[in-house]
Amino acid sequence: MTATETYKVGARSGVGVSSQRPDAVPKATGEFSFSSDLSSHNMLWGKTLRSPYPSARIRNIDYSEALAISGVHAILTASDVPGKNLFGLEHPDQPVLADDIVRYAGEPIALVAAEHPEIAADAISRIHVDFEVLNPLVDAESAVTADPIHPEGNVIRHLVIDYGDPTSSGDVTVEGTYEVGMQDQAFMGTESGMAVPSPDGSVDLYISTQWLHSDQKQIIEALNLPEDMVRLTLAGVGGAFGGREDVSMHVHLCMLALHTGRPVKMIYDRNESFLGHVHRHPAKIWYRHHANKDGLLVKVEGKIILDGGAYASTTSAVLANACCFSTGPYKVDNAQIEGWGVRTNNPPCGAMRGFGNVQTCFAIEAQMDKIASALDIDPVELRLKNALEPGDQIITGQEITGAAPVKEVISSLADHPMPEPAINDLLARPGGTGRTTDQKHVKRGVGFAVSIKNLMFAEGFDDSSEALCEVNDGSVAIHTACVEVGQGFVTLVHQIAEEILGVSDITVIPADTSIGSAGSTSASRQTWMSGGAVLKACEAVVVNLIEQIAEEEGVKYENLDGTLVSEDGTKTIPISEALRGRSFQEKVVHRHAPTFPLDEKGQGNAHVSFAFAAHRAVVDVDQELGLVRVVEIATSQDVGRILNPIQAVGQIEGGITQGLGLAVLEELVMKNGVIQNANFTDYLLPTALDTPPIEIASLIEEPEPGAPFGAKGIGEPPTISSTPAVVAAIRDATGLDLRRVPVRPEDIALE
Amino acid sequence: MIMEVLIPSSAEEICELLSQDNSRQLLAGGTDFMVEVNYRHRSPSSVIAIDRVPELRNWHHDGDSVVIGSCVTYREIERGPLATLVPALAQAARTVGSPQIRNAGTIGGNIGTASPAGDMIPVLSALGAEVSLRSSEGKREISLDDLIVGVKQTSLGQGEFIESVRVPVLESPQEFLKVGSRSAMVISVTSLALITYPKTQSVGIGLGAVNPRPTRARQAEEFIKDFLNWESMQVDPSGLDHFKELVSEASRPIDDHRSVAAYRRHSIGVLAQRALTRIFSERSPSG
Ligand SMILES: Cc1cc2nc3c(=O)[nH]c(=O)nc-3n(C[C@H](O)[C@H](O)[C@H](O)COP(=O)(O)OP(=O)(O)OC[C@H]3O[C@@H](n4cnc5c(N)ncnc54)[C@H](O)[C@@H]3O)c2cc1C
Repeated sequence: MTATETYKVGARSGVGVSSQRPDAVPKATGEFSFSSDLSSHNMLWGKTLRSPYPSARIRNIDYSEALAISGVHAILTASDVPGKNLFGLEHPDQPVLADDIVRYAGEPIALVAAEHPEIAADAISRIHVDFEVLNPLVDAESAVTADPIHPEGNVIRHLVIDYGDPTSSGDVTVEGTYEVGMQDQAFMGTESGMAVPSPDGSVDLYISTQWLHSDQKQIIEALNLPEDMVRLTLAGVGGAFGGREDVSMHVHLCMLALHTGRPVKMIYDRNESFLGHVHRHPAKIWYRHHANKDGLLVKVEGKIILDGGAYASTTSAVLANACCFSTGPYKVDNAQIEGWGVRTNNPPCGAMRGFGNVQTCFAIEAQMDKIASALDIDPVELRLKNALEPGDQIITGQEITGAAPVKEVISSLADHPMPEPAINDLLARPGGTGRTTDQKHVKRGVGFAVSIKNLMFAEGFDDSSEALCEVNDGSVAIHTACVEVGQGFVTLVHQIAEEILGVSDITVIPADTSIGSAGSTSASRQTWMSGGAVLKACEAVVVNLIEQIAEEEGVKYENLDGTLVSEDGTKTIPISEALRGRSFQEKVVHRHAPTFPLDEKGQGNAHVSFAFAAHRAVVDVDQELGLVRVVEIATSQDVGRILNPIQAVGQIEGGITQGLGLAVLEELVMKNGVIQNANFTDYLLPTALDTPPIEIASLIEEPEPGAPFGAKGIGEPPTISSTPAVVAAIRDATGLDLRRVPVRPEDIALE
Repeated sequence: MIMEVLIPSSAEEICELLSQDNSRQLLAGGTDFMVEVNYRHRSPSSVIAIDRVPELRNWHHDGDSVVIGSCVTYREIERGPLATLVPALAQAARTVGSPQIRNAGTIGGNIGTASPAGDMIPVLSALGAEVSLRSSEGKREISLDDLIVGVKQTSLGQGEFIESVRVPVLESPQEFLKVGSRSAMVISVTSLALITYPKTQSVGIGLGAVNPRPTRARQAEEFIKDFLNWESMQVDPSGLDHFKELVSEASRPIDDHRSVAAYRRHSIGVLAQRALTRIFSERSPSG
């Protein structure tokens, strides 16, 4: 009945090997069941009515005509929400269904359950909502002082970082204002799921998500049900990138299922998907950098405005990231940073790969190039001079205690050979299949950028993951609530269990809420957190095994790399053999080192660990037409330790491509609060022809203290500095300033 | 929702089906049609699926021209003999969508949709294409420029459908250039076709995505004549700036989510100059 599968694969070989993901072949052949493949006997189809207006008052909803359609089983509105009509990832401020006010175009207003998706769609079109259309607030800067559009006001968070001496100044200053457009996660599998009611009034929800337990917590509040009556099971996820961290259809499905007493399924179409999840925050960023004659940073002043859209989502945490890392991977003793996360009638924005660091990194790296040019210093040299080192402080006063091979990352990339000069092929030039550009129109440019990303949740959040390791006569089953969104956690589970227990018969039990939270698959945290929990659970089995044998034989054994060796050294037995005929059940909760809130000056040990990456982009630009072809992106990344090389490369290639997308293509174009391109015809993702060869210059393996096997998260850094590297390369080719991403043809050609 | 799908096996049969009930809608490759159905912009109760009709799927020589059946796909136009006979059409076909779309999408469907950004349109316009229409009443020929009367509007009569398109075989250089922000699979921001007519020593220039209807840059075509040398295949560069301007002036572009009018006006001129100078090398002022 469900799309979730039990992964079971044969022999693998522990940590550090490119073992193949168990879902690789099924996904390639189409056999993998995604959440959109869910089905059940007697199932109904749900559909959502959404507001066409970014700001309006609902005077009346008349659904009598829709309800009369044969095959329509339920129409629900705000008054049908059984519990609190509010949800939210960080705190509840968003209605499950709009009550009297809609605050963004796309906000859910009513739900339909019907026998067929066509009937449901027909019913939606016959629900008549009487709107009083209001003037939307769409400008983030004016939102700070504008009339509040929400009872909680328009400023979701205002954050000040006051570090060092504000009166300090340098020999040179460079200043700039930068803008980042609204990027979307644009995962391939749109939102989908199915809720199945039980006669006892409880409900099972099968859903593609990033964090089952956070969903559950929000759903039970809205349904007014105890935790054990709302059970979630992960369904096959078709990509996430942050866009599934917030609740979308979850409560809606449960409401419809509980109301009709029948299983209800929903699939958003592509258009609805763009309306149904949060996006990357558009940003406006002002910087003034002060540096000494020799290029050392003296002070950074910055103002950062993030447009959070109508509801809070993770705006507060995204702003914290934007501000805490607003000076980049560089050492600077003085910083005055002020950030606002504001509410507008634009679509809600929240988590997306890079989470606040993407926006500021684009601006920081432009500033670094400006300093280099003002002082006539090589941009790579300038970055090396200022690179953070272990023991340095970031501007929150936190000391970097773990690995920080920033200089190694930069210099290994700088040493990497450059790509060949352009080949004579029309398709390989800017304009691609459009045949616009001859070789004589092409100018080549090179750009370099470096980034810092914090790993894991921050600011005092009690971050944990639970894992169960069950051994039964030599076969192992591992259970966590960790969501596989495509990053390869299921592969790692096999590798870790095999590494510790030496067993290859390993089953990964589907993620669900019958075990404790694993936290979100975000913040580059699951290898560390849930991987760490699995590691500890497996290790606990070994400890118990040794105790059991000691009781039975009276001999103490020690674990030496997977082999038990008796104290006197005379007897050895591989753990895998010793496990035969025995059963264990070990459940552990894993936590990272505690973090702390930021104080009123933005100071505090708010973060766990940091990862660094550098990108070098080579582009060919047709300046007259403003067309860009990215020729190559090379990278070096600080990874702690590589647990699965092919998966590491996969994250890097995918992340860089997403960063390239933000640099030159991907933007949700807004007009007065309404998305103009909520489709793949006009939301342009890079195609194979836009995606250059990705060269990995170096993966720096300096084990991170506290991380399982020393592995740092690797999912986000590739997305962060790839964007500024591409734009720097375009600047290099054209001599233009280019203060906004994505860079559009007109931004180049009409300058 | 019940939808009837009729699958005729001849053009004759299409005429009959349409004359019985002219609310029936034609489905060719479905690459425009089905998107509209899926988004409920179109909810037909009866569909005639025409893409299996052999005479619509074929193309043939007819004297100095080729007649291309309305259901010939981009894939067929993009390569093989048609690509040699009408190179600009092949170049344009290559820019359409993805391989999947090009396997399904048809030239007749592109005309039927009559989008200003339809990539066949500027080429057919510059080639002076004649479209053959058919209904139970008979057949008629109409120029492409007259068939498309506005944004997504044609002058097709009731019960009438596109049977084929006739374009000349010229055996002289042709160029199609298209600007989009992405290297492939992108709707035109601007596009331009330039066809050489050695016999009349003239060029035909069709503009894409910058006007509601198919548009030739007639003034530019006329103006540049005096600057072309058809023996040496050279152009006198002193005419290029004004040529470019005249092409830009022939466009009436709009601002939308894909681009801005100013860029469209600019880029269409650049495309014209590039197309021209790919065919006619720039003669140095001294020579
Ligand atoms: C992902 C994607 C990318 C695309 N990219 C491009 C692109 O780059 N450039 C571009 O120009 N287009 C593009 N399109 C649009 C589309 O592929 C073309 O317009 C295509 O030529 C339509 O042909 P079809 O056979 O699919 O027509 P259909 O969708 O079957 O029909 C289109 C319309 O024409 C009518 N019609 C079809 N045949 C006839 C006939 N013989 N007589 C009268 N009316 C008829 C139909 O009733 C309908 O109204 C894209 C579409 C998609 C989905």
